[in-house]
Amino acid sequence: MPRRIVIGIRGIGHRVIDSVWRLGRASRFFMLMLLKSTTSLRRFNLVIREIYFTGVLSLIIIVVSGLFVGMVLGLQGYETLQKYGSESAVGTLVALSLVRELGPVVAALLFASRAGSAITAEIGLMKATEQLAAMEMMAVDPIARVVAPRFWAGVISMPFLAAMFSTVGIFGGYLVTVVLIGVDEGSFWSQMQNTVDFRYDIVNGVIKTCVFGVAVTAIAVFEGYDAPPTAEGVSGATTRTVVTSSLAILGLDFILTAFMFRGMS
Amino acid sequence: MQRTTMDLWVGLFVAAGIGALLVLALKVGNMGTYSAAQSYTLMGNFENIGGLKPRAPVKSAGVVVGRVVDIQFSPETFDAVVTMNVDSRYQFPKDTFASILTSGLLGEQYIGLAAGGDEIMLKNGDKIMKTNSAMVLEELIGRFLFNKASEGDSGKK
Repeated sequence: MPRRIVIGIRGIGHRVIDSVWRLGRASRFFMLMLLKSTTSLRRFNLVIREIYFTGVLSLIIIVVSGLFVGMVLGLQGYETLQKYGSESAVGTLVALSLVRELGPVVAALLFASRAGSAITAEIGLMKATEQLAAMEMMAVDPIARVVAPRFWAGVISMPFLAAMFSTVGIFGGYLVTVVLIGVDEGSFWSQMQNTVDFRYDIVNGVIKTCVFGVAVTAIAVFEGYDAPPTAEGVSGATTRTVVTSSLAILGLDFILTAFMFRGMS
Repeated sequence: MQRTTMDLWVGLFVAAGIGALLVLALKVGNMGTYSAAQSYTLMGNFENIGGLKPRAPVKSAGVVVGRVVDIQFSPETFDAVVTMNVDSRYQFPKDTFASILTSGLLGEQYIGLAAGGDEIMLKNGDKIMKTNSAMVLEELIGRFLFNKASEGDSGKK
């Protein structure tokens, strides 16, 4: 019996040390990638190619879910606000919740599962089939050629995707509350414009999306690059990308919100 | 450099993203109505600001003419010093009355400016002398109940 306990404790310790090790490796990898990204930014058509795969192809899921999220927000907001006779504030509710929170967070979660997992699987499979090793043999740096363009493409696409998510969501809210239910159109827009501040709400939302973009793509490329070069390893790495980056998004969102929207309302 | 359809799609994507940001800034936010305009600063001492917050609108005759920038407690006069930015297109006389009002029963609070008749206009950094505190709902209800009670007493006699 005591022997089992010892083995259990040893297992916990092993896991902790292993994760610290991984964290250190991830930080070193991140720094290395930043150092080498000057060469890949000079060959910008590599980045454009990756923006097509991560950004443009994520567009449909982002736009469709943004529309539905906005429509649901409009419906639910109307349900509650109408009890207090202030249904014209539904525009404010939809716009503020989308621009401040839901736009950045939901778009980043969708981006992590749509594009982040694809990045990890692609890089992991390149490693498993020894394409990365072959590149190194030909004196092509795989971090500069494969990893950094994907990272920068993700970082560039993420704010645009989130902005489109918010815009389409507000349009969805407009569609449901003004066109279907019949809230007054003028007060829908004017209340929204009175409350939503450019610097305070929109710029803070954009800053959030930039942070999420860096976090999601950094996790995705690292998991891919660090994946054990087997089929099982790649599948595990893909799962870890989605789980880790989703948790990172939610945790970072709390921290950023606490910094940005503290004390003022 | 050869042009590909991929470049076209990426260009469209970036253009749509910038367009979405512009819509957010101009149509959803208050960038279009308020920012580039020149403004001047006015101050006012209020006995009680109620629930007034920074960024609350300053209105005159219902039109938004400025915004509250800062609210501080003054340790000398023991009241609240409210700093507001007013659009320089709108000038107000020296004896303008500033009061804290509420839009609707539960709405946000704002500062209402009622112009006076003085010839001299308020300048940048001036202090509005005539102010009216916020209506605090509890005080109102208390006063109402007190009046009712005293009415009841006089009715008995």
